[in-house]
Amino acid sequence: MQMNDLPDSHGHFGPYGGAFVAETLVEALDELKRAYADAKADPAFRAEFEYELKHYVGRPSPIYHARRWSAQLGGAQIYLKREDLNHTGAHKVNNCIGQAMLARRMGKPRVIAETGAGQHGVATATVAARYGMECVVYMGEEDVRRQAANVYRMKLLGASVVPVASGSKTLKDALNEAMRDWVTHVGDTFYIIGTVAGPHPYPMMVRDFQKIIGEECRAQMPELAGRQPDYVIACVGGGSNAMGIFYDYIPDASVKLVGVEAAGDGIASGRHAASLIAGRPGVLHGNRTYLLQDENGQIIETHSISAGLDYPGVGPEHAWLKDSGRAEYVAVTDAEALAAFHALCRCEGIMPALESSHALAYAARLAPTLPPDALLLVNLSGRGDKDMHTVADHSGIRF
Amino acid sequence: MSRIQSTFAQLAAQGRKALIPFITAGYPEPALMLPLMRALVDAGADIIELGVPFSDPMADGPTIQRASECALRHGMSLRRVLSAVREFRVEDASTPVVLMGYANPIEAMGADVFVAEAKQAGVDGVLVVDYPPEECAGFAGQLKANGMDPVFLLAPTSTDARFGQVAELGSGYIYYVSLRGVTGAGHLDLDEVARRIPAIRDKVGMPVGVGFGIRDAASARRIATVADAVVIGSRIIEEIEHSPPGQVIANVSAFLRGIRAALDAPAI
Repeated sequence: MQMNDLPDSHGHFGPYGGAFVAETLVEALDELKRAYADAKADPAFRAEFEYELKHYVGRPSPIYHARRWSAQLGGAQIYLKREDLNHTGAHKVNNCIGQAMLARRMGKPRVIAETGAGQHGVATATVAARYGMECVVYMGEEDVRRQAANVYRMKLLGASVVPVASGSKTLKDALNEAMRDWVTHVGDTFYIIGTVAGPHPYPMMVRDFQKIIGEECRAQMPELAGRQPDYVIACVGGGSNAMGIFYDYIPDASVKLVGVEAAGDGIASGRHAASLIAGRPGVLHGNRTYLLQDENGQIIETHSISAGLDYPGVGPEHAWLKDSGRAEYVAVTDAEALAAFHALCRCEGIMPALESSHALAYAARLAPTLPPDALLLVNLSGRGDKDMHTVADHSGIRF
Repeated sequence: MSRIQSTFAQLAAQGRKALIPFITAGYPEPALMLPLMRALVDAGADIIELGVPFSDPMADGPTIQRASECALRHGMSLRRVLSAVREFRVEDASTPVVLMGYANPIEAMGADVFVAEAKQAGVDGVLVVDYPPEECAGFAGQLKANGMDPVFLLAPTSTDARFGQVAELGSGYIYYVSLRGVTGAGHLDLDEVARRIPAIRDKVGMPVGVGFGIRDAASARRIATVADAVVIGSRIIEEIEHSPPGQVIANVSAFLRGIRAALDAPAI
């Protein structure tokens, strides 16, 4: 078995993944598996996907050598994969286009999505507008409050945003609610999951739509830097931007893969969202993976300054990459992520999303320990405009 | 023959249908769990489905989710559910108890430990909502080897191939989800249920209970003309939710007696 030919036909990545769903969803997932296999084998589908990525999203996204920041840190050279320059401002749109095209192919006129930070919701609303589909986005009440600008963006794009008041009122509860909508309206509705989690075939399908990120990097790094990087670093909430940039590098053992989780107030504080570092395997949202849970198997509330990382689980392929040792997972705190956010703003004129700032913060920790000819490639998965209010709040500034 | 199987055999011999109420363990408060279970039996329950609360009940509607959240706030856990069943068994050796819940609390305890403790407590059947047959062959086998019935769901969207898988792994009875949606939703298509049940019973070779969407005596009676058992969940939780603290037991009993009477009334 190779590391990058997973999952198996039932969606398993080693002991992780699978399809742990109620019987009411089994047929819908089977239909999706069949439709996706059919689309994947159709050159016309691939060609249209590539056309959309080029002309609508603006791919390929460039890689940028952050020279000033690298020099300031005094060590390795840091390269940024600029997913923040995509249409809608993050990597999320790659996957949304793929899934919306699949929805259209399956004859489903209505798409639904869950969202945390709002980036996936915005990307889904955007693509739904682009394809003329009805769009409903589920968002935890707490996140609706934290991400008011994104809520308005979704509404401008024609989507309905449904605040979710159950549980911890965040991403996981939005996901529960979207699943319920799907079970109830499965005939005309396609559920666009935003990350590499959920039941099979979602983790595989979302990865496939995001792996363009790593494919481009493999071509761009030799052009720009003369060779492949020593490290590829990406933040991990559910893990879609990380799987997207890691996947093509998995067979290349000379490239170290590092996923950066949200340590919130610090792992020891218990207020964090680092499921791979501090969680245990279990079953949630249709797959077996690492989860933040109490001793009775109840999912516990997570904390991160970044809404997009505030999730108690993680994609099953990351669980497998961790256990197999192919990728390493680390965590950085809210404070470290904020410092990296400010550093990149001031030093490179790039405002990163708070999610991506976690990956940047780890690069800032690692770079000074390496020689100047070492190469770090960081996935700058989204732009930070959406986070200005959070950062201002944190600095005690009121608009 | 398991306690569930003999319950169905006795009812069939009497020409009666099984009444299976569902309550969320620990709701509205843990102290009421045993009195509620006793009251359900007194009001005519043949089998009790005891919901094990989980923080993320994806297949349930808002009513059962609220009940689960409330039970968890009161410190309910799988271990406490098992000790309640153990206590219930001291005074009631005949009414089957089926635990219904989600995979993660069981996996957190460890499947081996759970199966051993459930058996020792006197649990008769286990329905894990997010364990479809292809993900739980080992677990279902362990339950059977320890004299408990793995109960599976079938849905209006289930294919004939699914019937075969469920027939192979499951025992006791089949829980047919009578509508597309989550628990507590309101749009039950009685005609579709009536069409599907006989075919399912033939294929799986065990009794078929119908649940999701049964809200009153009339719909229960109608379902009972085709099914072997009627499962009522969200409607009972609503009864609890709307009862003043001292009235919970009385109101739930009165509601269930009404359903029992409708099921047992002679055909017109």
